[in-house]
Amino acid sequence: MTLRVLRPGLYTTVQDLGRYGLQHLGVVPCGAMDAVAHRLANALVGNEPGAATLECTVIGPELQFEQAALVALCGAAFEATLEGEAMPQNRPVLLPAGARLRVGRTLRGVRGYLAVAGGICVPAVLGSRSTYVPATYGGLEGRALRVGDVIALAAAAPALAAARFARLRNARTAARFRSTGWHVEAMTLPSGATIAVRAMEGRHYAEFDAGSKRAFFDATWRISQDSNRMGFRLLGPALVRRSSGELLSEPTCLGTVQAPADGSVIVLMADHQTTGGYPKIAEVAGADVALLSQLAPGGGLRFARCSAGEARDALRGLHAKIESIIRGIELQYGG
Amino acid sequence: MAAARNSFSMFPLGDSAVLAEFGTSLDLEVNARLQRLAEAVRAKGLPWICDIVPALGSLALHFDPARVPAGLDPVAAAEGLLKDCLRVGLAARRARPVSLEVPVCYDAEFAPDLDEVAKLVKLTVDEVVRRHAAPGHCVLMMGFAPGQPYIGGLDAALAVPRRATPRTRVPAGSVAIANAQTAVYPFEISGGWNVIGRTPLKVFDVTRDPAALFVPGMSVRFVAITRAEYERRRAP
Repeated sequence: MTLRVLRPGLYTTVQDLGRYGLQHLGVVPCGAMDAVAHRLANALVGNEPGAATLECTVIGPELQFEQAALVALCGAAFEATLEGEAMPQNRPVLLPAGARLRVGRTLRGVRGYLAVAGGICVPAVLGSRSTYVPATYGGLEGRALRVGDVIALAAAAPALAAARFARLRNARTAARFRSTGWHVEAMTLPSGATIAVRAMEGRHYAEFDAGSKRAFFDATWRISQDSNRMGFRLLGPALVRRSSGELLSEPTCLGTVQAPADGSVIVLMADHQTTGGYPKIAEVAGADVALLSQLAPGGGLRFARCSAGEARDALRGLHAKIESIIRGIELQYGG
Repeated sequence: MAAARNSFSMFPLGDSAVLAEFGTSLDLEVNARLQRLAEAVRAKGLPWICDIVPALGSLALHFDPARVPAGLDPVAAAEGLLKDCLRVGLAARRARPVSLEVPVCYDAEFAPDLDEVAKLVKLTVDEVVRRHAAPGHCVLMMGFAPGQPYIGGLDAALAVPRRATPRTRVPAGSVAIANAQTAVYPFEISGGWNVIGRTPLKVFDVTRDPAALFVPGMSVRFVAITRAEYERRRAP
């Protein structure tokens, strides 16, 4: 069972929940930028949270499914159509054999996750199916999708689609597909022109001058065009570190906010380097990384100060909410 | 001395990792102990610790938030864990894992920064190459990109700062120096270090076991090769 890429979209890659456990070898974690949407998409088609999905960026792909498939599209809001008919998001959709799914452009947010029952079947590399483009491994040949690519789905995908959809409550039939009368809420879409992102003071925060420390939490920052899966560069006030001493290279994290000597600010994202020598002015709360990942270049944000304890509570709260939504989906599957 | 090297400060790195800092300047003894400490923590096999990353003067423990036991303060638990490992004593360093000869072609075509480095340190290009290819290098840590080594032991006369403006594309295999260290780029990547040569060896290859050519603690000898030798030894 396969799906064929008719149009690749702007930057579509295979991602899962990341490649952890090898950062001591410099192996970059990767994984879905919006892991919340990735998890929900998988749950909606009855997959495990770690099954591989297609991460669509700004302009999604156009895909043709060889046989029937159960899919769900979560994360950013896209134009998404099936042979011209609008395809609903955030719910399971049963596609007939030969269906052409056009994800289209985003209407809100940046990244969408297309899950297929049975998962995207690319070989795991170093324990993960996530694509890492710089080193050309993971996903489909370590690169973004291209026109004409044929992607393997589970051999049992059509059977899984039929069996799982048959268990769903409240099914509805449209002209070109079948779906459900219910959906889950999109949890990570930016709510307005400027969003609040919780952040803790980083371990070098105290080394910045008083004006810079204030400005970091007062300013409205904008996402630069020069942003990608490795990091988001932020445009805003230049920050001044009082000491100019070079730091020893040390480990970095998802959400680390670096402030190099040229006054710029970079938030490390899913493909982040494992170590670095730039001062860490802040660390984004884990609970808000998915939300941040949906902000497009030009989008605004302010950092809301929080403590590590508050950030851990927020992350636990987010996980509890996701678990509760997933339990709700399982109930719809009669589970 | 040993006691001083066992003392560290803990800094949370966000909500899902903590950094234990043992020193703010490079100390080779501290650096070697960090690798052994990382092994000791790894041997505990705690499921809530998903990554153990020793660096030059610090070590990070990354948590899997979903697996941190309820009621456990991961920062306090991590501190206790490191203290336990240090109190029990670290296993003796394994016999120097291996030593590796790294062939490097220092031809101008592969060494865009070699002339500038030579001028900066007031040596001839040949003398810079001779000193870089001297014995005594050792892998201090792996980081930044998959399989990328930070190699210490550079001749002090070759100490130069990072380039003011990083290059946007440095080819795979590039051998570069900065901050009294050598790095070898595993694949084409942007980089701010001074590129003085290129190795034909594959630094990181997911189809090979182990994927990483370099290992912390490994002693490294750079060996100058000709362009013809580079082409001959180049990985297919």
